[in-house]
Amino acid sequence: MSSNDISPPKAQVNRPRRTRLQNAFREILKAPITAKFGMLVILTYGFVAIFAPFLTPYSETEIVGPEFDVWGNEFILGTDGLGRDMLTRLLFGARNTVGIAFITTLLAFVIGGIMGLLSAIYTGWFDQVASRVVDVLMAIPQLIFALMLLTIFGTSIPILIIVIATLDATRIFRVTRAVSLNVVVLDYFEAARLRGERIFWLCIREILPNITAPLLAEFGLRFCFVFLMIAALSFLGLGIQPPTADWGSMVRENAVLITYGDITPILPAIAIAILTLGVNFLVDWFLHKSSGLKDGH
Amino acid sequence: MNDPLLEIRNLQIDGESDEIWHEIIKGIDLHLDRGEVLGLIGESGAGKSTLGLAAMNFCRPGCRIREGSIRFDDQELTEQSELTLRKLRGVRIAYVAQSAAASFNPAHQLIDQFSEIPVVHGVKSRREAEKDAKDLYGRVLLPDPDGIGYRYPHQVSGGQLQRAMTAMALSCRPDLIIFDEPTTALDVTTQIEVLTTIRDIVREFNTAAIYISHDLAVVAQMADRIMVLRYGELVEEATTREMMSSPKMEYTKSLWAVRSFKKEAETVASAMSPVVKVDNVTAGYGSEDILKEVSFEIHRGQTVAIVGESGSGKSTAARVITGLLPPRLGDIQLNGKILPKSFKARNKEQLRHVQMIYQMADTALNPRQRIRNIIGRPLSFYLGLTGKQKEARIRELLSLIELEPDLYIDRFPDELSGGQKQRVSIARALAAEPEFIICDEVTSALDQLVAEGILRLLDRLQREFNLAYMFITHDLATVKAIADNVVVMLQGKIVEQGSKTEIFSPPHHDYTELLLSSVPEMDPDWLNELIAHREKHGVMSSTSIS
Repeated sequence: MSSNDISPPKAQVNRPRRTRLQNAFREILKAPITAKFGMLVILTYGFVAIFAPFLTPYSETEIVGPEFDVWGNEFILGTDGLGRDMLTRLLFGARNTVGIAFITTLLAFVIGGIMGLLSAIYTGWFDQVASRVVDVLMAIPQLIFALMLLTIFGTSIPILIIVIATLDATRIFRVTRAVSLNVVVLDYFEAARLRGERIFWLCIREILPNITAPLLAEFGLRFCFVFLMIAALSFLGLGIQPPTADWGSMVRENAVLITYGDITPILPAIAIAILTLGVNFLVDWFLHKSSGLKDGH
Repeated sequence: MNDPLLEIRNLQIDGESDEIWHEIIKGIDLHLDRGEVLGLIGESGAGKSTLGLAAMNFCRPGCRIREGSIRFDDQELTEQSELTLRKLRGVRIAYVAQSAAASFNPAHQLIDQFSEIPVVHGVKSRREAEKDAKDLYGRVLLPDPDGIGYRYPHQVSGGQLQRAMTAMALSCRPDLIIFDEPTTALDVTTQIEVLTTIRDIVREFNTAAIYISHDLAVVAQMADRIMVLRYGELVEEATTREMMSSPKMEYTKSLWAVRSFKKEAETVASAMSPVVKVDNVTAGYGSEDILKEVSFEIHRGQTVAIVGESGSGKSTAARVITGLLPPRLGDIQLNGKILPKSFKARNKEQLRHVQMIYQMADTALNPRQRIRNIIGRPLSFYLGLTGKQKEARIRELLSLIELEPDLYIDRFPDELSGGQKQRVSIARALAAEPEFIICDEVTSALDQLVAEGILRLLDRLQREFNLAYMFITHDLATVKAIADNVVVMLQGKIVEQGSKTEIFSPPHHDYTELLLSSVPEMDPDWLNELIAHREKHGVMSSTSIS
């Protein structure tokens, strides 16, 4: 630098640089207890979803005992109306429900994210058309719209994923477009455009790295909604079809037991609740961090 | 009356970053008598604002007062409860912030915000406060004092807002007002008006004031006494006249000498065709024309400074040349060939030759890219460099902008200082090996010493690579330092253009005269003389000329 005769304060002298991994690790250690709970829940569910076949004594659809057997030695959580092991189905449910919800959210992000980015960059007619189409889609109540589409197209799993992903992409489109618009007005984006960069570079290198934090937070929230929606559709009979184990339909299948004061049908619902809670805790923490609101600031 | 109004002893303030506390203020003593104006001077990071806020026993979040005593009117502020302090702040000690536009609540009328403090603290009734507001608006020379209070902040100009804020600070007739860079964000011509207002009002009410600024010439007009700060320590303290005439410390002298940088010799326009020619351009947004029939030329190795107040169309001219704003009429020529109006239609070669350096280096560099990628991208994009060649060139460019390659190549922009970021912006522009660079207010966000370093660098690069610069600025000191030719703009039209010597020597166009005379000088009597002169001749603002 120019003729500085007095040395700058020590705090500005280079400290050894931390790697990203170390930084992330430090952040996790500092995270509040709720966020840690969220991480634990998600890791556990992930583990169960991946290793379900090894953790369970029976197969998902196998009839192994009498109908509606009580909790006990042979079947820890009893059996369902057809005599299938409840615990087995609960663990497989994690795989099916969570897996499908994850794929759906991912697809919704791909569709909504790309459209949102393009809308932010091409602010002309493209943005107008895309935004109005999204407005129309969002004007129809989501669950009813989904029920209608599923009735029309049938209830196979690929159709289920595509329908829900399309409907949810509208929300993601809105978020992506909004946060991208904040980046598009900045000088470095202008500099990149003036350099003559192509659309792909602009999206991937200039915008995306700067909006990952809000998008990740949104991913967590959307995942919860998708997950609840699939459970709700299954409960209504239009989601994941039997005999595939799924928490939504498991609540419905065993609903009669509630009349007898048995809490078994509640178990899948509790599984849904805990995952939703965990994801939300984690997302809250993440939002808090990405918004730049630190304690005392 | 002999007791000082404010006495700070051995004040030490710590600031936190990355969980490490380090000292921001390292044991400063300060005293201020009633009715006295004290100037605090220093670069950014010197602790001026922190010290100013500490006079109210207030610390920004992430800071803490570690030691020291702050006595205000015989009360020890560091021992007072938050409640007592709250009663003191706004009533007996007021604060005027740098950006009035950001400090006013955009959703409320000015007069509501004026009345809030006296009414909340029970000093005045709402009716009295409103009456007082109108009186004070008159005294700070706001137009239409009875009506202006009912406007919203966005409906008045920046200079007027700053004056409204001064009036607001006076609402409870405080004993002390802290002015934190109140004119830094304003044009020179507006700055004069605000400075005059502040000085007169402070004298009229016999209010003590702490005036914080990085601009020595401004402080010289306002303060009775000046303290120079650096890295949280007091460098020198003296009365204004003494400080101006005989600064003792080396650092103070260097501050005085900042404006000494001058380009060696003016580059005379060569007979060859200009690099860039703006030919009779009219451009604007919607149906409104911001630029009206603007023409000028820029030759190789030459710097053309575009001067004017905000809103004069300087930046719009840059947007037209870069192709971001296609002109409605007229052409831009590069080396004698007409450029497509929109940058989208220009080819790589045309884009490469017009590079831009932005005012805010913070937003001009992608925070998620390392310096290596920021500088490297134009190299691979325009010149097709890869691998070792590219790496070597990046290092060469870093050395060129006087940053140690090994130290900086893998950093993110957040890990650089303001001046260093601006240097990286320069390197990115240079990487494209352009013929022409637009510098849009590149030094106005920087401290004077740092800014001078940037100007020297730009000058050196210009000579080394025979570059043409278009230098957009509102700071005439910068123009004097770096320009060969000057274009003076007012409300989208060119008022005057010519070589620097022509423009800076009389006779001037009226507006150029106003601009030139508005630049604060290092003379404590300058403002008085200027006001007297202007009153005699009846020139007060740019609007009276247009």
